[in-house]
Amino acid sequence: MIPELGHLSVILALALSIAGAVFGLGGAHIGLGRWMQAATSATYGQMVFVALGFLVLVNAFVTDDFSVAYVAHNSNSLLPWQYKVSALWGAHEGSLLLWTLIMTLWMSAVALRGAALPPGILARVLGVMGLLNGGFLSFLLLTSNPFERLLPLAPADGADLNPLLQDFGLIVHPPMLYTGYVGFSVAFAFAVAGLLSGRLDSAWARWSRPWTNIAWAFLTLGIALGSWWAYYELGWGGWWFWDPVENASFMPWLAATALIHSLAVAEKRGAFRTWTLLLALSAFSLSLLGAFIVRSGVLTSVHAFAVDPTRGLYILGFLAVVVGGSLTLFALRASAAAADVRYGLFSREASLLVNNLLLVVAMAVVLLGTLYPLAYEALTGGDKISIGPPWFNRFFVPLMLAAAVALGVGPFLGWKRSGFTRLRRRLAWCFGASVALAVLVALLLEGLRSWGAAAAVGLGLWILCTHAVDVGRRLRLKGASPPLSYWGMTLAHIGFAVSLLGIALTHELSVEKDIRMSVGESATHGEVTFRFDGVVDAPGPNYRAQRGLFAIEDGERRFGLTPEKRRYFASGSVMTEAAIDAGFFKDIYVSLGEPLANGDWAVRVYVKPFVRWIWFGAVLMALGGTLAVADKRYRRLRRRVESRSSAIGAPSVPA
Amino acid sequence: MNRIGLFAPLALFAVVLAIGYFGFQLDDPHRLPSALIGKPFPDFAAERLDGEAGGLVRRADLLGSPVLVNVWATWCPTCKAEHDELLRIRSRAPVRIIGINYKDDPVKARRWLAEYGDPYELNLIDADGALGVELGVYGAPETFLLNAGGDVVFKQVGAIDEQIWQQEIAPRLAAMGVPVADGEARIDAG
Repeated sequence: MIPELGHLSVILALALSIAGAVFGLGGAHIGLGRWMQAATSATYGQMVFVALGFLVLVNAFVTDDFSVAYVAHNSNSLLPWQYKVSALWGAHEGSLLLWTLIMTLWMSAVALRGAALPPGILARVLGVMGLLNGGFLSFLLLTSNPFERLLPLAPADGADLNPLLQDFGLIVHPPMLYTGYVGFSVAFAFAVAGLLSGRLDSAWARWSRPWTNIAWAFLTLGIALGSWWAYYELGWGGWWFWDPVENASFMPWLAATALIHSLAVAEKRGAFRTWTLLLALSAFSLSLLGAFIVRSGVLTSVHAFAVDPTRGLYILGFLAVVVGGSLTLFALRASAAAADVRYGLFSREASLLVNNLLLVVAMAVVLLGTLYPLAYEALTGGDKISIGPPWFNRFFVPLMLAAAVALGVGPFLGWKRSGFTRLRRRLAWCFGASVALAVLVALLLEGLRSWGAAAAVGLGLWILCTHAVDVGRRLRLKGASPPLSYWGMTLAHIGFAVSLLGIALTHELSVEKDIRMSVGESATHGEVTFRFDGVVDAPGPNYRAQRGLFAIEDGERRFGLTPEKRRYFASGSVMTEAAIDAGFFKDIYVSLGEPLANGDWAVRVYVKPFVRWIWFGAVLMALGGTLAVADKRYRRLRRRVESRSSAIGAPSVPA
Repeated sequence: MNRIGLFAPLALFAVVLAIGYFGFQLDDPHRLPSALIGKPFPDFAAERLDGEAGGLVRRADLLGSPVLVNVWATWCPTCKAEHDELLRIRSRAPVRIIGINYKDDPVKARRWLAEYGDPYELNLIDADGALGVELGVYGAPETFLLNAGGDVVFKQVGAIDEQIWQQEIAPRLAAMGVPVADGEARIDAG
């Protein structure tokens, strides 16, 4: 009975989403205040009913209700409770329910903050989001009902959650990622509302910015978590694979990174408006495209756990309507946004233009690399081709290095135009210092031979140096201290540099050995010695493990590492659990391969310097993006509505 | 951007959509099986559901005569519907039927066979679906027809019913020299 209530409440949420779309868009069109208010109520209603449905499913998991097919397929009575909850988003149907829950939470957040917006804009934004949510909810109800029952043949126990997903990283990775994906629907809705109402001025950009930043911060964390998870859980120590599903999350990230930068120009200078609109539509469209790629199974990958033709076809249709519709609107209406704003070659606008071009080209590279195999197969009628990491790296790395060059200068150029001489004096020694340091690092650290990596190290230092110089200069200036948005930007850029350093150094300095070890045998990589002391049996809650015992000597430090091979009872599948000694400067990584004759084991012993920096940098970027939102000028939104002045905090140019 | 330029993103999206659509057509599960048709059944090693000693069952154990490999599970309602057809096939033709118990609980699977009858010569355990991945299984039930040399000659995604048996499987078996009864007459499987 309870699962049916969950099903019913999702149906009610769908009805409310349609009502919200009709009242919001219709009310704004004909200017009916009552209808527009109804759109807000419908928004909260959707949130309440989706949350009810979600709680019902959580309850089914926690109480082991295996008469619910989705629970039976993805849980087991022996599963630890925290995984019973996270098993909810362990497969397609529940993920989709989580997705709609997050969607309604974003909508409610917009509605709560909506008092600062003109009613017509708020109603349109909520209407568009209601329309999108209605699309997701009907997708759920038509093709992916998580409340479906296995009656009268309810199984006695469930098939268990995929052991790969029984892990902390996987509890938090999908919600973060979805919060990012779905969060871009806010910028999307603002863009559509702007196009519909014709209001595309600086205020429009200012409304969109905080939402975009926060969604971007979540997506950044989500991607970093996924990468971290792949590193410790998949057992071969890689952190990025250019897997189609990784690419699916990376494309919206690149578009959104371009978007938050071009929104800055649109807000402060009124330039790039058409372009910004397009990016706002693209970021969310790419999120949907990512969902299509993952859910339809058109591209096979380790992630594609739900392969179903009806689902793929539905998403494709949904994409056609949402993206096709919004781009048509863009083509017809965006010319109203064009503004003639001039700026010099050495200006912040120009450098942000370079940033945008590089990011968008990088995004196009990823899109091309992801879809090309599919296009090839379609055109040749079945021949397969695969595009691997070397291809992506060849195009992507130079683009990011070019972006890093600009990133060291761009933020310190003034709007409109900037004197090149003064800047050159300020940054010259940074340039010299980072080149010198890069060469020094290349000479000092044996193994750093590739020019690309030395360049990346130099550029990371270049960004750190120029930002430090500018922070010093801003702090010495008399008068007001820099606004929070400045600190947010600086933090995010430092995060980028930290990730860049981590990627380059890990890539060049890692030692990765797959070796055969017999009990008592030692292996040495540089300062680190691994001694293999055999394998013992170890019981777990829903698995049995074989636990390898390793004694590690790292310079002065001595400690043990115990990687495991786990055999899960319910599914019978075997998982590798790597053991990692995580450090700020290096990770020591051991994972068990296969048992060999005479009690020997195939073992992976890695030393990975600076690998944490990759994710640490991502955390800094996310923090920076969030910090910028706390800036005073967004908090003043509410008061400004009445006065309707368009300039606060920084001079802005009327449209 | 001029007015025409504003349509460029829409055009680009149309191309992406078309690729998605055609790629999607390619991935139609009812066309994809051609990938395995005519190719050798993949190598595997799996435990027996009945827990009988004698080690793992391997691909070599399927060779020597035509064999139907049926992927099934107790959680799959369509498998229940298909089950009677398998029992009927068992009574009509001396063809080996090997089951792959897919992502299932062995205890429940054994109970199912005891309760509904056992058409299989033997059953393999594929609890984590690893063998299913090798076979490109979309979901249970699926059935592969292998010749004596272990090549896949036919694959059915979804349940086998009387029509599939009459039109697809029986003629192929007959062509491979397996006597196929038209009616319900029992032929001793020997």
